[in-house]
Amino acid sequence: MAAADFLINYLPILLFMGIACAVSGAAVIGSLLVAKQNPDPEKLSAYECGFEPFGDARSKFDVRFYLVTLLFIIFDLEIAFLFPWAISLGDIGLFGFFSMMIFLAVLTVGFIYEWKKGALEWE
Amino acid sequence: MISFNLIPLLPEIYLSLAAMGLLLLGVFRGNESSSVISWACVMAAGIAALLLLWMPPERMIVLDGMITMDRFSVFMKYLVLAGVAAAIILSIEYMEREKAARFEYPVLVLLAGAGMMIMLSASNLLAVYMGLELQSLSLYVLTAFRRDSVHAAEAGLKYFILGALSSGMLLFGISLIYGFTGSIDFGLIHSSLSKFAEIPAGAIVGLVFILAGTAFKISAAPFHMWTPDVYQGAPTAVTALLAMAPKVAAIGLLMRLLLGPFEPAAFQWQQIIWFLSAASMITGAFAAMMQSDIKRLMAYSSIGHMGYALIGLAAFSQAGAGAVCLYMLIYVIMGAGAFAVILCLRRDGRSCQRIEDLSGLSRTHPLLAYAMAILMFSMAGIPPLAGFFGKLAIFQSAMTAGLYGLAILGVLTSVVAAYYYLRIVKVMFFEEPTVASLDRGMPLARGLILILCLVFVTGFILAPSSIMATAQNAAAALFPE
Amino acid sequence: MIVQALAFYLFAGVLLASALMVITARNPVHSVLFLILSFFSAAALFVLLGAEFVGLILVIVYVGAVAVLFLFVVMMLDIDFAHLRKGAMQYVPVGIAVAAVLLGELGMLYLSWNAAPDALLNRGAPGALLAGPTNTERLGQLLYTHYAFPFQVAGLILLAAMIGAIVLTHRTRPGVRRQSVATQHARQARDVLEIRKVETGKGAV
Repeated sequence: MAAADFLINYLPILLFMGIACAVSGAAVIGSLLVAKQNPDPEKLSAYECGFEPFGDARSKFDVRFYLVTLLFIIFDLEIAFLFPWAISLGDIGLFGFFSMMIFLAVLTVGFIYEWKKGALEWE
Repeated sequence: MISFNLIPLLPEIYLSLAAMGLLLLGVFRGNESSSVISWACVMAAGIAALLLLWMPPERMIVLDGMITMDRFSVFMKYLVLAGVAAAIILSIEYMEREKAARFEYPVLVLLAGAGMMIMLSASNLLAVYMGLELQSLSLYVLTAFRRDSVHAAEAGLKYFILGALSSGMLLFGISLIYGFTGSIDFGLIHSSLSKFAEIPAGAIVGLVFILAGTAFKISAAPFHMWTPDVYQGAPTAVTALLAMAPKVAAIGLLMRLLLGPFEPAAFQWQQIIWFLSAASMITGAFAAMMQSDIKRLMAYSSIGHMGYALIGLAAFSQAGAGAVCLYMLIYVIMGAGAFAVILCLRRDGRSCQRIEDLSGLSRTHPLLAYAMAILMFSMAGIPPLAGFFGKLAIFQSAMTAGLYGLAILGVLTSVVAAYYYLRIVKVMFFEEPTVASLDRGMPLARGLILILCLVFVTGFILAPSSIMATAQNAAAALFPE
Repeated sequence: MIVQALAFYLFAGVLLASALMVITARNPVHSVLFLILSFFSAAALFVLLGAEFVGLILVIVYVGAVAVLFLFVVMMLDIDFAHLRKGAMQYVPVGIAVAAVLLGELGMLYLSWNAAPDALLNRGAPGALLAGPTNTERLGQLLYTHYAFPFQVAGLILLAAMIGAIVLTHRTRPGVRRQSVATQHARQARDVLEIRKVETGKGAV
């Protein structure tokens, strides 16, 4: 592969991942070998002020949380489109510039809609 | 540098700008303005149709080969806009009665319409995919628009999951085609594929995946499982939209794909289309007989209709493509009329959708019953009505192309399908009203749509040749010589 | 070179294993965590292919946002997953059949991989315009010019998604006292405060 030269830039990340795996693996295996093992199901049960747990820890929660996350994902994607635009702006000229401006305008319409609709407000 | 000729895109641009403007107007004026916004959206679709009138008749490829504009896309876009406008008009009264009127509804319909129009004139697989996603995403939301109804939420979820799966299949197919031909541009794919003496198996697999993805969108069997559930669960106004515009867009896209870039693989795709067509006709005819819900029945009816339309595509001829255009035109108009009637099925202020609810309609609402009867006869393909001419053109093209098997199957399934269309007529005319009669009153706009559809369906025989010539003329643009 | 090949097999192996764990793990939270691991491995594979930008976007968008949303949903939703799973085993034969067909097709593809003679030429066509040192820059040069149209449609799709998200989940609750910033700012001390002199020993009236 001729185009593999850039991969050398990623070598530190690979090394870092290797070291991270080694350290975390050593911690797990080390504790398995060295520490005293005395398993008991009570050790794994939830501790709730000395009671048996009353119900499941999971409970239905408000859909507003999802709305915030969904809107975050949409704007996250918008940002993702901005990266290549920012670094190639010198080469793509006015056309590329306005191409992004129109894109942002469309999303701004959506943003105004959201704002006015009160979707960004936490009641 | 990229060409700046945006004229062929004006209708789409106008439609999206209108959608955005009306969205802002709606959010500043609140939900009370939803009927005003709906009418404004209908007007926007009308203006987009006027802009289409202004398009030059010759083929134009613009934006670095992303968009093709020719008579075929203009013809199909008229159908899409008609479907979109009719669906919005039909929805206004319905949504208000159901207490679900919100201004986002017509805006999303417009965005879906813009997506369908992009699908129809795309000449690059990426543009195809983007148009398809814009369309689908808006339709998923519209299906689940009545979020308090369990049925609508379930329908929306089913539609979304299966739609996402089909989009994934389409993308997988596109990536295979890109791998084999090195391009996603229609022209380049065509020239690459025609250089093969024999199309390689990999490209065929890619084609199969693309076909499977689009077959989901037109709900051709065996990719039809979602249709009855979604039609039944969605608000009736949305079902009307689903039955009209997206079908036109997806069939148009299929025609452009198969007769354009994949024309060199015609021998291969003809067999697949043959199978899809036969399976859809059979499913549409036999499964519909067991239905007791009129919306489910319409779903199977639409599956069957797609089967007939695909016959014309399998014929792989200009006459066949023209027949598909004609068939889709008649299908959209019959669908609009039938849903205008179905939306009137309300009792004590609540909508009902069982076939028994129609019983004795001829006594309580004679005009509505006659209108429905005419539409059902037309759908069954009974001679003097428009539906007959659509089927006739399709079967003729199949015979000319030597597809005798499909033509015979088509006639046989038409006979079977006639059974359930006539059953509705029988329920309306020969059964005693079992339950309290339906609510009276038909909103003016809906009545107007119904009358227009009836005039077309019954009056088609007076001027069949000019309409057929228009359809043939549109199809001719797909066969450039 | 050898490191590259080793890295490929390592990440591909992790990807397959974690994908398998996503569907077999008992605890749905573990499934999501394995999903994140498989996103990471896929990102690494993209980087190995030279598609650096796509790889990093996979980490930012999928791991950073989508997987967190998933985790959020399965951790907090009140769903009995054991109950949901009960009937799933009867569909396994169908699933295996579909997977076998797909695998067969992939095998067919592998055996008959002969791309069109001008495929490489076609592929190079838009790239000929480009002279950027990095993957992201070259992507930028194409995305906003040659692919400007799909890019704008992507904007519309995001708009439709935004409208959809709000239409389907947002509701205004009655009886909630909202904060009105303008009213707060317009509030003057003299409108709401009154200073009274109180005589000693008499108390306020």
